[in-house]
Amino acid sequence: MSALLEVRGLGRRFGGLQAVDALSFAVGEGEILGLIGPNGAGKSTVFNLINGVHLPDSGSVIFRGEDITGEPPYRVARRGLARTHQIVQPLANMSVLENCVVGACFGRENLPLGRAEAVALEIAGFVGLIDRIGDPAGTLTIAGKKRLELARALSARPVLLLLDEVLAGLNPSEVERMIVVIRRIRERGVAILMIEHLMQAIMSLSDRIVVLNSGRKLAEGRPEQVANDPAVIEAYLGNPEDAAKLRGERPS
Amino acid sequence: MHSPRFLGKPTYWLIVLATLAFAFAPLWHDNVELREELLLAAIYVILASNLNLMIGYAGYINFGNIVFFGLGGYFCVWLVSSHGWPLVAAALAGAAAVSVLALLFGLGILRLRGAYFALSTIGVNEGVKAFVANFTPWGGSTGIYLPIDAFAPLGGPATALWVIYFLLVAVMGLSLLLSFAIRNSKLGLGLLAIGQNEDAAAVLGVPTPRYKAFVYSVSAFLPAVAGALFFFKSAFIQPDDAFDLVFSTEAIVGVMLGGQGTVLGPALGAFVYEELRSTLLTAETFSNFQMVIAGALLLLIVLFVPGGLMGWIHRRWPRAKKVLE
Repeated sequence: MSALLEVRGLGRRFGGLQAVDALSFAVGEGEILGLIGPNGAGKSTVFNLINGVHLPDSGSVIFRGEDITGEPPYRVARRGLARTHQIVQPLANMSVLENCVVGACFGRENLPLGRAEAVALEIAGFVGLIDRIGDPAGTLTIAGKKRLELARALSARPVLLLLDEVLAGLNPSEVERMIVVIRRIRERGVAILMIEHLMQAIMSLSDRIVVLNSGRKLAEGRPEQVANDPAVIEAYLGNPEDAAKLRGERPS
Repeated sequence: MHSPRFLGKPTYWLIVLATLAFAFAPLWHDNVELREELLLAAIYVILASNLNLMIGYAGYINFGNIVFFGLGGYFCVWLVSSHGWPLVAAALAGAAAVSVLALLFGLGILRLRGAYFALSTIGVNEGVKAFVANFTPWGGSTGIYLPIDAFAPLGGPATALWVIYFLLVAVMGLSLLLSFAIRNSKLGLGLLAIGQNEDAAAVLGVPTPRYKAFVYSVSAFLPAVAGALFFFKSAFIQPDDAFDLVFSTEAIVGVMLGGQGTVLGPALGAFVYEELRSTLLTAETFSNFQMVIAGALLLLIVLFVPGGLMGWIHRRWPRAKKVLE
């Protein structure tokens, strides 16, 4: 498996806080890599360093064999690396369709308006937003806005998708539907790097998992390896009941 | 071969009709008074429509857009009086120079956002005004007068006034078509995205710095041509008239009154405001009474109808969105 995205020795400090520290990992073609860790572990910062929202103090980001460290977000997007936001960022007064057309127009394929609209329509159907395409994005529910985040990113026809807690704030049935959508995205050959707090979901979706704590990599491996890693249980979860949850079992 | 998409759009035809109406209305009975009134209205429409590219599309409030109008006037009057250039060449060359200057200013101040950008646009206007007031080749604070025979190449003063009027109406039509074309293009979509949420737009791939600088520069061009024609017509230009922030503010009132972010709204708003303004000016209750009204109007719009006239129409009759963009 060749690496699609490679992060090498990435570091970033905010004032006195070392948010990300000498972090290295890779995402392979068509792989789903889960990024987990307690609140404040630096997960979203890793995303921001990868897509150029923040500049790293050290290290580099290699995407499809090219060094994209410090490139502005709009260039990174053009290369086929799309992302969603943990805190949804709809273009509120524009319609759901227009939001997706922006993604398609300025994404990897750099489509003209007409063809971008066709792609946007297809994606809106794919994520289940087709009934709402004419509505202003600001009028969607939180679940709808999460779907829109995903739809916009997918409209760019990315080769790698960074998903920042797309399941957070959804009710169980919405989570189920979103998981189905994520599986289908992977079936289309799109690699995914995802941050998620919902353990059961990320354990079942991910091929591999990277555990982050205080900006450093604590563990890396297949979901069951990570779930049984004493260092993870000790340092990150602390008590055995949470460890059971991590393995997808119901606490007794 | 397919006919271009815009031909099927009512907005396009409305623009053509409005422009023709402006051109022909004063010709009827050779009405010079009406011509002078419509000339001023056309200038307000030009300023508001181009300002809307920044405010309505990209979401950047520009208080100092009058600097383009004034500089366009200065370049033109100077080229005509000191270098003997013909009017149209001087106006176009001047406007091109203003657009380049705007691009340079823009690369600097467009790094700022929100209130800081808005303040910096006032700074640019005041800075340019102070510079021109001390710039001897442009007559310093006394300005430049055109020679008496400046209108001769256009067929004498009476004909020249008609020629200038038709040129201004053409510039007005072009301003509206420019706004229409941008609104229906990929550039327009990117600008609207920037106006909604600049960071999200960049993450989606919109090349934000390039788009902002480009539209700032483009929004300078036609107001500069209008300034050239206006000050050529006056045969006189001085810093206080050329860089008058009152004019800038009035253009903003036009944009907000008509509906920022729409194609026709700012033009409609500017026209309505100008009609109101001329009534108030001739009322002579007290000087600059129109500014009192303008201020109150702006406050009321922002508080109660932030979408302006067009926003109100679009909300009332959602289907009108397709006809009146």
